Amino acid sequence: MDQHTSSEVTFHHHVPGEENVKRIWKTFWVLLIITIIELGLGLFLYATDFPSWLNLAIKGVIVILSLAKAFYIVSIFMHLGDEIRNMIMTIVVPLMLFIWFIAAFLWDGNSYKNLRNTYDKHFEERTTEKKGGH
Amino acid sequence: MSSSATAQQTKWWNGGRSPFNVEYGKLMMWYFLMSDAFTFGAFLISYGTIRFSQNFWPDPNVVFNAFPGTGHLNLPLAFVSVMTFILIASSVTMVLAVHEGHRGNRRGVIKWMAWTIVGGLAFLLCQAWEWHHLITGQHAVLANGKLELIGQTMANNPWGQLVDPTVAQQALAASSHETLVHLAHEYPKGTAASLPALEKMPNNQLLGMIDLEHVHVREKGPIAFGGYFFGITGFHGFHVFSGVIINVVMLIMAQKGVFDRRGHYLMIEKAGLYWHFVDLVWVFVFLCFYLV
Repeated sequence: MDQHTSSEVTFHHHVPGEENVKRIWKTFWVLLIITIIELGLGLFLYATDFPSWLNLAIKGVIVILSLAKAFYIVSIFMHLGDEIRNMIMTIVVPLMLFIWFIAAFLWDGNSYKNLRNTYDKHFEERTTEKKGGH
Repeated sequence: MSSSATAQQTKWWNGGRSPFNVEYGKLMMWYFLMSDAFTFGAFLISYGTIRFSQNFWPDPNVVFNAFPGTGHLNLPLAFVSVMTFILIASSVTMVLAVHEGHRGNRRGVIKWMAWTIVGGLAFLLCQAWEWHHLITGQHAVLANGKLELIGQTMANNPWGQLVDPTVAQQALAASSHETLVHLAHEYPKGTAASLPALEKMPNNQLLGMIDLEHVHVREKGPIAFGGYFFGITGFHGFHVFSGVIINVVMLIMAQKGVFDRRGHYLMIEKAGLYWHFVDLVWVFVFLCFYLV
């Protein structure tokens, strides 16, 4: 096993020291603070009645913060940031498919809603949000 | 070897140097995790499609507002914050175990792996409580002109739109004896009478004892919510569970000195990748079900 490894791995990353531990704890605090901000925004949405565009904007901020968390976890906890560039690309480039995946299917769901609201008035009356309260 | 292959033969890479300077197992773990990301992504996107196709969707702050031991207190997102914190903390202990593994420190690996397992089990316990609370909860919904008590299951969703108080009052009068007894016990005006005493009372008397303002009567909500919530958090919980099993195996192997004999702790690194992935998925489950 050892020999197997040593022939595959052509150079070893240096043995990590104290600065690595520091980096891990720093990442922990970053993740914790981002999570607290996300929770704060989530509760803010609940406690206040915003116009829908502002609601959407705050949700957008929460999504971006989550992506930042994902970046920290993958790059530092999973050490992908320390791998060589080619390997990072083979993992990250296929994930670009998600851009189409998310956009296409949310668009599809939204279109289905619009079609039903147009052609099925009963559905629209039954499910449209009434004024007042959550 | 491979360089001497003739033109007709298919050429296979047969080992030797890794083009990415990582061990085979670790590279394959990465590709497995990438495919798993697409599985989770497909689930969450399907949930998003259905959610976008609805005019109304339950507010997570209303659905997830309970905390163990606090009864009907409205504490939106408090419990799930605890769960998220546990998972982030267990991710840190895992990466510290990997770090100790790099340095070949067996005692350090064992210590941090043990904490990671504790975190994983704590998360699973929290999830078990949350599911139990949602499924067995009794929420008053307006159905066919009367009030019914239902929980959050695959077939029912009690988180529809709030019902107008006058409509709720009329529906209450038409509700069954059992429903009235439950409501008079859970939402009393003043102090609650005991269940056996309430069961003996006629409906008219019970009606006057219910504090309807605090019941928050709702319509039934979109049924798809239950299937997606239990399906996706269940699939994630299954990943946590298998991660805990893998970590226990790693802990035992470390304890027995298997990795010391091998001369490296690469297995800890691979288990760590899986564990962090579970945390990574939770970031998005948390986002899609609890935050937005």
